Amino acid sequence: MINQLSWKVGGQQGEGIESTGEIFCIALNRLGYYLYGYRHFSSRIKGGHTNNKIRVSTTETRAISDDLDILVAFDQETIDVNYKELHEGGIIIADAKFKPVCPEDTKAELYIVPFTEIAAELGTSLMKNMVAIGATCAVLGMEISVFNDVVDEIFGRKGEEIVKKNMDAITAGYKAMEVLLGEKLGAMELEKADGQKRMFMIGNDAIALGAVAGGCRFMAAYPITPASEIMEYLIKKLPQFGGTVIQTEDEIAAATMAIGANYGGVRAITASAGPGLSLKMEAIGLAGITETPIVIVDTQRGGPSTGLPTKQEQSDLMAMIYGTHGEIPKIVMAPSTVEEAFYDTAEAFNLAEEYQCPVIVLSDLQLSLGKQTVQPLDYGKVEIRRGKLVDFEIEEPENKSYFKRYEVTEDGVSPRVVPGMKNGIHHVTGVEHDETGRPSETALNRKLQMDKRMRKLNNLTNTFQTPVYKNTPHEEADLLILGFNSTRGTIDEAIGRLETDGMKVNHAQIRLIHPFPADEVLSLVQSAKKVVVIENNATGQLANIIKMNVGHVNKIKSILKYDGNPFLPHEIHTQCKEMFEYGNV
Amino acid sequence: MATFKDFRNDVKPNWCPGCGDFSVQAAMQRAAANVGLEPENLAVVSGIGCSGRISGYIKSYGFHGIHGRSLPIAQGVKMANRELTVIASGGDGDGFAIGMGHTIHAIRRNIDITYIVMDNQIYGLTKGQTSPRSAAGFKTKSTPEGSIEQAVSPMELALSAGATFVAQSFSTDLKDLTAIIEAGINHKGFSFINVFSPCVTYNKINTYDWFKQNLTKLNTIEGYDSSNKEQAMQTLMQHDSLVTGIIYQDSSRPSYQELVPGYAEKALNKSDLTLDQAHFDKLVAEFM
Repeated sequence: MINQLSWKVGGQQGEGIESTGEIFCIALNRLGYYLYGYRHFSSRIKGGHTNNKIRVSTTETRAISDDLDILVAFDQETIDVNYKELHEGGIIIADAKFKPVCPEDTKAELYIVPFTEIAAELGTSLMKNMVAIGATCAVLGMEISVFNDVVDEIFGRKGEEIVKKNMDAITAGYKAMEVLLGEKLGAMELEKADGQKRMFMIGNDAIALGAVAGGCRFMAAYPITPASEIMEYLIKKLPQFGGTVIQTEDEIAAATMAIGANYGGVRAITASAGPGLSLKMEAIGLAGITETPIVIVDTQRGGPSTGLPTKQEQSDLMAMIYGTHGEIPKIVMAPSTVEEAFYDTAEAFNLAEEYQCPVIVLSDLQLSLGKQTVQPLDYGKVEIRRGKLVDFEIEEPENKSYFKRYEVTEDGVSPRVVPGMKNGIHHVTGVEHDETGRPSETALNRKLQMDKRMRKLNNLTNTFQTPVYKNTPHEEADLLILGFNSTRGTIDEAIGRLETDGMKVNHAQIRLIHPFPADEVLSLVQSAKKVVVIENNATGQLANIIKMNVGHVNKIKSILKYDGNPFLPHEIHTQCKEMFEYGNV
Repeated sequence: MATFKDFRNDVKPNWCPGCGDFSVQAAMQRAAANVGLEPENLAVVSGIGCSGRISGYIKSYGFHGIHGRSLPIAQGVKMANRELTVIASGGDGDGFAIGMGHTIHAIRRNIDITYIVMDNQIYGLTKGQTSPRSAAGFKTKSTPEGSIEQAVSPMELALSAGATFVAQSFSTDLKDLTAIIEAGINHKGFSFINVFSPCVTYNKINTYDWFKQNLTKLNTIEGYDSSNKEQAMQTLMQHDSLVTGIIYQDSSRPSYQELVPGYAEKALNKSDLTLDQAHFDKLVAEFM
């Protein structure tokens, strides 16, 4: 019996690879297993190798596994590209149709099952993925009945006959594999899971659900990988609350329309990836100087330009902190788990209104698209706080003057009224302005308004809930590992191995990127002999931010990966060890 | 009831004496009063350029955004609060150069706002460069030998983009212009109004006199029917778009807000931001 398994299905894009993984996962998730999936795909609709690697475990897991137990192949390329991940005793289940051949150095055993032929005999070759699921069941020694409900839900609306045919395909796959396996039937039997019902979702689902929970009622967005799922979810759900999504003509319209809606008093969001964020920059500056709340999601992918649109990277960090010309107050948050993505997105709307500034929720492709088992989300933890939004009657101002929307206050935040309110009339402009919003170029006013805006965030690092996720059991650590966004689970797993090697390792994941929680990070850096920052970019952006804020320029080292793929636990483990043993990176 | 004076503030516009924009400002203030608005129920969103300053010269809620983006901002404001009257405005550079994409899409989207362009065929604030509305051969600082590009025809573009309200006016015709803006505000859907608003400083060709000599009022064309799109297009082509009046209006097509499934019937900004736990649980269950 094993307590975890790594399974991968691969083939040509458009062949139903995704749904094969999906059906397999949903069924296992319902049995109480923890799943963590990562899709390898290309920026095209049909054709090109795609695969879905899924880790199944009886305990919580947030990392892609280093190796592979079972590979399901719908084409030769799947074997050629992935066979090296398979260890001794691993299994390849391949469709007979493409006459699979294994390279000489393959450690795993090849089983050839006529997926397509079996499916065609049962009615349609489209069901070959169900045959493959059945074959997998045989290796896992799992009852195929666990798929009954999922198949019924997915195909139910197409009629009973289709449901039955798909179940027949699973059964046929199981039987065919059973014969081939012989004594090895159930060779990789999984320990029983706890049977708890948990959510199975991608980070983008959590971001979108977080937006709904956080009171977001309007979205303006333009489709882009890997952010589109957020708008696709909200277009389905916001009408339940009177709201809607507008798919705009471009990214600039998306940002400015969301600014208009926020100015109008609705909690509005826009979401995109790097190329879209580049286009939104001028609008972000507008929100900054007009002190208009707005929540913007950036799901990072490989850049620059179109870069690697379907690959993992964390290279937008500097752009998100410093992007837009001029200087504005801005908050950049970076959830490191799907659960945090939910809570952080909901909270982003509070911060945007309390501080009347743009809030960027930073994600990355692995976090946004990696489908995984998620711990229960507690709606009770979600608050709605609207800051200095005026919800009372305003007295008529003297001499019919304008409302002081940009009143210079101690905390820098001014009362905010939305159009439609009597006696609240004021002007809003991206030109430097006085307390009523009227353009003003005087040096005195410029300084007053600039200082007022910039001091709004002075205290945020003290009031922000959990600016740094910490797993720091050691008062004096040999090594401190720092990261942000999706690297959390992989770092966790690598640390387990480093600890087994005898090292004392502390781990911190930066969740509030800007303004930077310098004091907290400084004390962590000081209490470790060595410090390494793990990130998916070529220039060590987070490391540089940390150095800029806490110093220790020579102590802080980097482990970087920018080939489009997420870190694997063994890479972090090995490189940290080398660094420790040889003193370099 | 507010009068046009209630839409005045004490800001002195930084337009040149004689600029056409003064009349557009006056017409907007009169139209707002005539349709029965109170200042707090009007939001004017404007772009960048001389004319873009107009949102600061009218006493109402005003949002002076970034160059070319008055329309997406204005549409966002309207979506947030459908009870507001929203007017977007700016110049021909703002709407037909940097913001042309938004103009076309705002037209086909048909959200119930009014868009007023002050068209002077030149870039004034940057001191005299060519505009997409400048005629071929037009000499400016950026086209010293004369423009070798064709001018756009916004009225024709609007018709082909599926506009439901297309009108054109001349800034000196205060009465006609006011009436057109009123009709635009009252129109249920996107109303697009292009106003010839001469730049007395940088455009020595398209002057007040030039427009007086070249413009034809549609109400002087016998049998002109503003509900006939074919006739509208033909007339624009025959007159090189130099016509004033309501060129085309389709009152039958519902506005965007009326078509959005589930969209709040009251102002969206007044809706409850909390969910009941059962509703949240239902959303969560969909992922199990």
